[in-house]
Amino acid sequence: MVMPFSQSFTIEGRNFFNAGKASTEIKSLLKQLGIDAMIIRRVAIATYEAEMNVVMYAQQAVLTFEVTPEAIRIVVDDRGPGIPNIDLAMQEGYSTATAEMREMGFGAGMGLPNIKKNADELKIESAVGKGTKLQMTIFIN
Amino acid sequence: MMSLLEISDLLLCEVFTGEEKLDGRIEYGCASDLMSDVLAFSRSGAVLLTGLVNIQTVHTAFIAEIQAIVFVRGKKPDQEVVALAKQKKIPLLGTAFSMYEACGILYKAGLTSTMEYGESLATHGEK
Repeated sequence: MVMPFSQSFTIEGRNFFNAGKASTEIKSLLKQLGIDAMIIRRVAIATYEAEMNVVMYAQQAVLTFEVTPEAIRIVVDDRGPGIPNIDLAMQEGYSTATAEMREMGFGAGMGLPNIKKNADELKIESAVGKGTKLQMTIFIN
Repeated sequence: MMSLLEISDLLLCEVFTGEEKLDGRIEYGCASDLMSDVLAFSRSGAVLLTGLVNIQTVHTAFIAEIQAIVFVRGKKPDQEVVALAKQKKIPLLGTAFSMYEACGILYKAGLTSTMEYGESLATHGEK
């Protein structure tokens, strides 16, 4: 039985050096909790893509991750430009990334599709000029 | 499947960190400069060949459970990248070969791709 657990992280936009810190910490925490390796990998990939999106596009975000006996839930709530067309952003290859983001190995239009592929449930709410809230759930059993 | 030492020998690698893990088994090979592609198409236990030598390569490898990274075309990681790889226990190697040649050498030596295709694609190269 997995013990309930939750923790929040702040992610700074434009801070490429720290990009990936929250996701790698979450991955280590999940390992300590004894979660199945395949589930950890899916959570880590989805969280890392979400974290990179914040670093690339937003000013700041709070990432909250919660583990219950049934599921792992991650909420990434950012203050940023928002997504004008979510359907378009969900298409593989669609991207508004700059050259700097591409030099980091990201911005190829794979972020949200990768998150969708790894999460069992994904909900995106976005307001242009205000921010984006991503809620993902990965079931444990 | 082959050992990291075999990969290192085949590609005439310089080892930047992770000397002690050279006897580790590598099940698959993958190659990309796009980290999202690595996250989407890699598998646990693979070696990653890449020309991207920054800190995101190491973060991506840790997240995707990449066993080792080989930088191609003589690219060298800086100290921050090596320090993070050391902390995450991910061996970093470098080869003078280009991505194309490095992939070719490992593929010819029998290292399987991380990709899973239908039968028509999987047997195509053998015709």
